[in-house]
Amino acid sequence: MHNNPQATAPVVPVQFKSRQESGLSLFIPWLVLCLLAVFPLLAPLLGLEYYVGFVQRLLIYSIAASSLNFLIGYGGMVALGHAGFLGIGAYTLVALLDSGNDSVWLAWALAMGVSALFALLIGSISIRTRGMYFIMITLAFAQMLYYLAVSFNRYGGEDGYGIYTPLSLGSWLNDIPHALYWVVLLIAALVFAMGSRVARSRFGLALQGIRDNEVRMGAMGFPVYAIRLLAFVVAGAFAGLAGAMLAVNNNFVSPSMMSFGESAGLLVMVILGGMGHRWGPALGVAVWLTLAEVLKLYTDYWHGPMGLILLLSVFLLPAGLAGGSRQRVIK
Amino acid sequence: MDVIFVFEQLLNGVGYGLMLFLLAAGLTLVFGIMDTLNLAHGSLYMVGAYLAARVHEASDSFMLAIVVAVAGTKILALLVEVLVMRRLYRRDHLSQVLATIGLIMIADDAVRAIWGPSPIMAPTPAWLSGPVTLFGVLPYPSYRLMLIAAGLLVVLGLYLLVNHTRLGMIVRAGASNRRMAELMGVRVSRVFSFVFILGAGLAALAGALMGPITSVQIGMGDAILIPALVVIVIGGIGSVRGAFVAALLVGLIDTAGRAFLPPLLHALLSPDLAADLGSGLASIAMYILMATVLALKPSGLFPARG
Amino acid sequence: MFQLKKTTLCLALSFGALSQSQAAEPIKVGVALDISGPFAAIGVETRDGLELAIEKLGGKLGGVDAEFLQTDFAGNPQQANQLANRFIQKDKIDFFTGPVASNAALAVGPALFAAKVPFLSSNPGPSQFAGKQCSPYFFGVYQNDTYDEAAGVLANEAGYKNAVIIAPNYPAGKDHLGGFKRTYKGDIKEEIYTKVGQIDYAAEIARIRSEKPDAVYLFLPGAMGINFVKQFVGAGLKDIPLVAPGFSADQDVIAAVGDAVENMQNTAHWAHDLDNPANKAFVQAFRDKYKRYPTVYAAQSYDVVMAMDAAVRDVNGNVQDRDALVAALKNANFNSVRGDFKYGANNYPIQNYYVRKIGKNANGELTNILVKTILPNHQDAYVAECKM
Repeated sequence: MHNNPQATAPVVPVQFKSRQESGLSLFIPWLVLCLLAVFPLLAPLLGLEYYVGFVQRLLIYSIAASSLNFLIGYGGMVALGHAGFLGIGAYTLVALLDSGNDSVWLAWALAMGVSALFALLIGSISIRTRGMYFIMITLAFAQMLYYLAVSFNRYGGEDGYGIYTPLSLGSWLNDIPHALYWVVLLIAALVFAMGSRVARSRFGLALQGIRDNEVRMGAMGFPVYAIRLLAFVVAGAFAGLAGAMLAVNNNFVSPSMMSFGESAGLLVMVILGGMGHRWGPALGVAVWLTLAEVLKLYTDYWHGPMGLILLLSVFLLPAGLAGGSRQRVIK
Repeated sequence: MDVIFVFEQLLNGVGYGLMLFLLAAGLTLVFGIMDTLNLAHGSLYMVGAYLAARVHEASDSFMLAIVVAVAGTKILALLVEVLVMRRLYRRDHLSQVLATIGLIMIADDAVRAIWGPSPIMAPTPAWLSGPVTLFGVLPYPSYRLMLIAAGLLVVLGLYLLVNHTRLGMIVRAGASNRRMAELMGVRVSRVFSFVFILGAGLAALAGALMGPITSVQIGMGDAILIPALVVIVIGGIGSVRGAFVAALLVGLIDTAGRAFLPPLLHALLSPDLAADLGSGLASIAMYILMATVLALKPSGLFPARG
Repeated sequence: MFQLKKTTLCLALSFGALSQSQAAEPIKVGVALDISGPFAAIGVETRDGLELAIEKLGGKLGGVDAEFLQTDFAGNPQQANQLANRFIQKDKIDFFTGPVASNAALAVGPALFAAKVPFLSSNPGPSQFAGKQCSPYFFGVYQNDTYDEAAGVLANEAGYKNAVIIAPNYPAGKDHLGGFKRTYKGDIKEEIYTKVGQIDYAAEIARIRSEKPDAVYLFLPGAMGINFVKQFVGAGLKDIPLVAPGFSADQDVIAAVGDAVENMQNTAHWAHDLDNPANKAFVQAFRDKYKRYPTVYAAQSYDVVMAMDAAVRDVNGNVQDRDALVAALKNANFNSVRGDFKYGANNYPIQNYYVRKIGKNANGELTNILVKTILPNHQDAYVAECKM
């Protein structure tokens, strides 16, 4: 491996001095949360009702991106099959719905559980490998899940599964307009808060230590394999939750949710946003998906401009949108 | 199921494997020597296929088409290397992934702008359109025989290049220790360019050769990129020998899965279940192979770097 | 290249007998197109047929100005779903059309039907919408299996005693082969399922060779079909007749494969040399504008616009009355390029199916040539399951 002298220095992008606790960095998340919370109420006044659904989708994707950011940014484990967990979560919801139960809460909880289980299985095999091999093994598992879903007739296979009667949030919640939006926002906010905290937690610090120098951490007595596996399982569980949330958002599930293209898209959003940074996932998701939406309105040739933006970001913003121009240190 | 059938499938597997090797060789060299993951490799394959198809249709000469396709793609690769890849060699893998995905997207739109979104005509040369009867009993597409021959020639050529020429020695030196090689007078950046362009040439050749028997369209590179990645992982990153062995393995297993598994399952299970399971398993056969190899040898079959 | 065509809004003052609509709002048609993605080539056909019709009608439907919101969804059902929601909530569309594949149709169905937006299919004819999930807001141009059922009858009449059938391993593949098996009376020697998106068919072709069937029936849409036919012919199996549903043998495939596909027989509910005035005018106009023969996709999207035009005229521009609009659509009061047809109870058409054979026409061009009618006034097999 090429020697990167910076890799041995303690360069955790998140400062854990009290400086961060005060001032602007505490204020901004709350401001954003408030703005997002009142958005559905203000939208009709600005003629933007459709965009409530759009923002809802962005929030769900940011949950998925956060889970991947946790894995890549803090864990140093580049998973190229993360969309597979989105699919597992979504299809768990489908299975539950198909068997007669339409509770959103149960479906989401089950989705997390089942995804965690799959993550445990997949992770226990994959985590033995490193670097490029880890990337490929996670991709392989995602592809296997994809082909499984395509040929599995019961839930529609390639055609997908349409949800004709929406799931229920519970009797009193169903009556509130935009209830789903606020639930999604709440969950996204909680995930964001957790993401901010975890970097400074014992688990998070151990994980980042392993990312930076596995051998040293092992020598100091940390259970490297177990910590990595736990990180993988947690990331998988939250991706599964995001998948199930997408299912409710779209009222439709299909294997294309877990195609290689979707995994690549998630990866792009996380890297573009800035890995290991708490605003990374939200920024990456917002910029990437909004660009796609807007460009498509004006031209057929929207792939090119977006590709160009990726190139520019790599050369001009090495640490992603959130990180500015600091050099990225994860190899 | 008889000997002829089995032999035919063997040839099929070898042919497919050799084509995968052409792609994997370039990919593994670039990754092994420059530590750079170039996902846009599939786009080079696509450009080669498009150029060859167009030139062949315009000139009626298959040989000319291949020459123009390889040369043209190499020139494009030189451009890409100078403008983009050179700045990526020292970067981390994730930046490389992001940048090369960007290149894929730009390439897709460029191809669409130049040649349109529909699949284009890639004619088979007339002297290779029909079957040849092997051993008097097996009619086998002469085009596929040519593919096998071409693939083997490339394997030989690469082997000689890497192991028996000064250039190959320089390349290997630059790979194992860049600093030392530079201090000894090797212009490492030139070597890197050479390797990248060589890889591009191989990919373009694969595209030009595969064009007549596949669909030449946007996104054809992505479809073959994943098997190529699987091959280099199984073979061991950086090892051309590993890529060769792995490509043959993947080609044979994939073909065997599609040829023998469904009839086998038919004999054992109900037709519906056999159909579902058979092709499902055949699709993931190469991933199962990769997972098995990595379980036993976590760095691939012939890891070139430690 | 800017493709989005918005016709300009013009306010029309209505006078008594001339009044077409009370509303000054143009009619909005949401068109989700496959500009990129696996069906991009077909998406081009769909759009070309659409544009030709729009041009012919002067950008109006039933005399009322119309906006066609054409957007790419990249062949991705998830994106189709999002796009449909945007069309419904933001643009408040009155009609929807565009996708090529059944999975996209199934993805957008629930939202459109719930919002009471008529979905005029320009290609997909999933069995779900013909049977259990039928909706008064969906109008099919053909049901997916009917092409295969026609092909089965063709195989019977051509005297193929046995056949090998091949399709990709996903529900549409199984449905299509199921349709063939429904009518074919011969012996199915082997039923081969391939991987979706498979490139290399040497293994499957070897299996076919060892079976030596009287014919091969294939359902391999898009690039898969192109790859298979090229390799099949290259393997020297040209004397085993290939039978396919029309979409694996249309002009786009001919353009990509060339002479190898000559003599392939295929079935469809339309042929460009069908002899009726509407079709003759359409094909001529298409050839004048685009310098090539139209495929069935272009014919279908053209028909869709004409159907919308007729329906709007029948309700005097009052598209907000969805019940009246849907009833008008069901009357199909327009001259289809397919000739006469009517809708069954499930809003799928009861129409003729023809046999076409690829060959050189009078001008020496390689194209589909109409052979005969194989299934007159044929209805799909799922109508009984529809509870409408």
